[in-house]
Amino acid sequence: MPIVSTKGLTAVSEVLDTKKAMYLLRRTLFGISRNDVAAFVGKNISDAVDELLIASPAPNPPLNNYNNSKPDANVAYGQTWVNAPFDQDLQGDRMFSFKSWLAGVMLTQNHSITEKMCLFFQNLLPIESDVVNDPRVLYRNYEMLRRNCLGNFKVMIKENTIDIAMLQYLNGDKNNKNAPDENYSRELQELFTLGKGPDSKYTEEDVKQAAKVLTGYQINRNTLTYFFNSALHDTSNKTFSSFYNNATITGKTGAQGEQELQELIDMIFQQQEVARHFCRKLYKFFVYYEIDAIIETNVILPLSQILVNNNWEIKPVLKALFMSEHFWDTENFGVHIKSPLDFMIGYMKEMDIALPSTTSYETYYRVLFEPAKYAALFRQEIYNPPSVSGWEAYYQLPLYHENWINTDTITRRNQISAFLLVGYNVSGFRLQADVIAYTKKFSTPSDPNLLIDEALSFLHTITATQPLKDSLKSILLFNQTQDYYWTDAWNAHINDPTNASKKNTVSGLLTAFYKYIFDMAEYQLY
Amino acid sequence: MKRREFIKNSGKVIALGSILPGFSISALAAHNSMSNMLAASANLNDNVLVMIQLNGGNDGLNTLIPLDQYSNLSLYRKNILIPERKLLALNGHGGVRLHPSMTGIQNLFNESKVNFIQGVGYPNQNFSHFRSTDIWLSGSDADKVVPTGWMGRYLNYEFPNFPEGFPNNDMPDPLGIQIGAFVSPVFQGPIFPMAISISNDKDFYDMINGTDTSVPNNAIGKELAYIREVKGQAQSFNKVIKTAASKVTMQATYPAGNKLADQLKIVAKLIKGGLKTKVYMVDLGGFDNHAGQVDSSDASIGVHANLLKTLSDAIQAFQKDLEFLGIADRVIGMTMSEFGRRIASNASLGTDHGSALPMMVFGKNVNSGIVGSNPNIPSTFNPNHNLAMQYDFRSVYASILNDWFCVDTSSLQTILLNNYQQLPILKSGNCTSSIHDLNQQAGIKWMDAYPNPFVEKLTIEYKTKGGHTLIQLFDTEGKLIDTFVNESKLAGSYTYTYYPPYISKGVYYCRFQNESIQQVVTLVSER
Repeated sequence: MPIVSTKGLTAVSEVLDTKKAMYLLRRTLFGISRNDVAAFVGKNISDAVDELLIASPAPNPPLNNYNNSKPDANVAYGQTWVNAPFDQDLQGDRMFSFKSWLAGVMLTQNHSITEKMCLFFQNLLPIESDVVNDPRVLYRNYEMLRRNCLGNFKVMIKENTIDIAMLQYLNGDKNNKNAPDENYSRELQELFTLGKGPDSKYTEEDVKQAAKVLTGYQINRNTLTYFFNSALHDTSNKTFSSFYNNATITGKTGAQGEQELQELIDMIFQQQEVARHFCRKLYKFFVYYEIDAIIETNVILPLSQILVNNNWEIKPVLKALFMSEHFWDTENFGVHIKSPLDFMIGYMKEMDIALPSTTSYETYYRVLFEPAKYAALFRQEIYNPPSVSGWEAYYQLPLYHENWINTDTITRRNQISAFLLVGYNVSGFRLQADVIAYTKKFSTPSDPNLLIDEALSFLHTITATQPLKDSLKSILLFNQTQDYYWTDAWNAHINDPTNASKKNTVSGLLTAFYKYIFDMAEYQLY
Repeated sequence: MKRREFIKNSGKVIALGSILPGFSISALAAHNSMSNMLAASANLNDNVLVMIQLNGGNDGLNTLIPLDQYSNLSLYRKNILIPERKLLALNGHGGVRLHPSMTGIQNLFNESKVNFIQGVGYPNQNFSHFRSTDIWLSGSDADKVVPTGWMGRYLNYEFPNFPEGFPNNDMPDPLGIQIGAFVSPVFQGPIFPMAISISNDKDFYDMINGTDTSVPNNAIGKELAYIREVKGQAQSFNKVIKTAASKVTMQATYPAGNKLADQLKIVAKLIKGGLKTKVYMVDLGGFDNHAGQVDSSDASIGVHANLLKTLSDAIQAFQKDLEFLGIADRVIGMTMSEFGRRIASNASLGTDHGSALPMMVFGKNVNSGIVGSNPNIPSTFNPNHNLAMQYDFRSVYASILNDWFCVDTSSLQTILLNNYQQLPILKSGNCTSSIHDLNQQAGIKWMDAYPNPFVEKLTIEYKTKGGHTLIQLFDTEGKLIDTFVNESKLAGSYTYTYYPPYISKGVYYCRFQNESIQQVVTLVSER
């Protein structure tokens, strides 16, 4: 059993140095640029966490980027399709737009945890786009996640229950008094709130009873809103097991039938396991996947108490976690395997990869699709987890995050990191990390030792070993022994920047240099 | 939209199939389809080539010393010139001496296992390490940038579909192996790198010895170990390499603390272990000795002497091991370096970047001896003088491809991007191609030029035994001034008259080559 931190939630009071700023930002954002780090170094942790917990403003909705290849009769090029009429022929194009757009939202996020929390909830309250294939519906689900992700968990679960994407995904819209469908009722308890821990003792009968409460909710495909059809609602009394203290929800008729939902949520949220399950999920997502008895006692239980004490507001829990001496225990630095989205979005931010103009809609979206596509190839497709349980890496024993890494995905991760160094064309736009411009932003690029130290300390979380530094130096020095080989090559380019040969020399060495850093196992951790 | 459609919908997904780990990035930029142009070769033998790259530019004049030029050398490089009495003799070659630290190579030479090729370079010498290395590795002309490596093009010619369908029963192993941090550009094929690299010597030792690189005993260590394990599995060739290495438990002795010997020991082990890998590349850095090349008290010792000792000891141990292991018949080695050093030394006991230098090919199947003649050291001192090129380095490549890997001559031109004349470096019998016997031509004056010094007119009289005949004029920095003859000729005597239009006063080299025969005449222009 590896050593994990035994510390608890006692708040630390420290000023962020570079290493700590990088740690906090990488855990709460999708990757970071060096500018992001600079913006946080010197802040005290409390202020930094407060800033990260401010919800970012809602992004402009996804646009018609596809008009040039597939004209949309209802939506002009560059206008949003989210309120447009359904069009079967355009489903694929709009889905492409939606996922590219969402990758873009992650990539261009400000210093807010919002998008990371949205992904957390995309995993906890998942929707598969293979099943719910209308991107307009997915967009509304995303709005719901975004609206609530730093709000109130209890409110969120209620909104989630009547979200049209969720109604479709887990057959809530098919659940009626004549033909009960227990799908959502089961997952509401098993996955979304109570979980499957040993203290979660709801019964099969509870699933059936809750399903009755949830009858009558349907989808209006024109307005893309839910509506409550009282004629399909089961008006009988619903009685629950001893786990719920034999509670009864009295059946109601007419529009009042909709009130039963709040009663059901209230009943479930009286169980202390809800807060614990939620905090375990948070912990695995933001800290590390192993929770032993000590962590359960020192972290999970007190966190869950904070959630309950704050009437299910999420922010105080996040604040306590990110302020805790447990989170800041250096044992937790670098133990997290990058998810595919962390990897792709993070790489593009870390390497300062330039994007095309946002108003070149076709090109801009096509470029944003690249991280979405590669994340999908690495087994994390936006809005398309493999099942209602979310992505395996967030729950599947015993590997958890290690599920992201297999012989295929590790090879592909190494490939794309190299591809982006040499660059390739996407709809006429050169998508490429500019290794020279990138290197110029280190303090003294002409000094190979400083360059190696600074590049490694930024790109790897783990302190570099001497053999690794030696290998990197042999690349920069062209396998010679004196530092001036690199210094001369670099200065020759800087002093004569238009000379193609001198530039090629430097970019060639730097490309090999960064590729070596990306190929190390260490690059997969943060 | 289904998951597969989502990915398909992305337009052109860059499908890399089973691309290898450690692949070099320049690969990804190149997208021509040479693989389609080239058909597979039929005659693949089990011969192996080991390339030893000497990074930094080796001082050829202090490696293989032209004894007949010793007095002129003392004009140029007195402070680093090794005392004549300390130089090592080579059997049958009284006019040439070897650096005193190269006893290992001396032994091998005297056992008829070494071939030196004098004055190897290329027209229009580039004096940048980086650029000149590119030229040597790609096999390009000095003024052209070629994104592929010559060995990559050869391996692509033998295995045109790689990496599709590899590994397979016929070629279960890596085509090429680089011992070092990353795959050398020499292995870059038209699209894919054609070799793998053993990226970290310690990791590799750990791998073949079955030990794990130590990771800390904490959660980071757990994740690192996991990812490294998966990476290891992803390297489809790891297992075959490990298996091959594990079959060899006894090897001859290698010198301790010798970086090159460490690498060559692995190579011998892998060849003996049964890998069908055609080409290995190892390297030894540190040859760029602008200062302190020799010890101030004794020019026969110092940095360069230590490097040559490392090289020589390692090669001798490797050759002995190949013989011990019974695989010496099918392995040759070759040294290469991006350039030689300037004739003149500088005041800090070192040398600046130069041009041509000797190459060495070793093994049981080389034609022992020296191809080419001692370089001419001009008798008038000029700090910028460089050695004349006698052979194009691509002639060496062509000879090895033809006589060792049995590439037919028409394909050679495709692989080497031009037609290069071949040299009798290897013994006959490896393939069916004929070997020229240089000794038959010894003493013949193939070319003469007069008057010398010349002013307005230069007459060149030359003989050819027939076939490709080339006459070029270079300045002493290796810059190609003019090409007088470059065509196939019938056997006979010819005259060429040159009216130099613009060249300035100074020393020039006029180079004649008729296939393996070459001759350089030093000329002085007083125009």
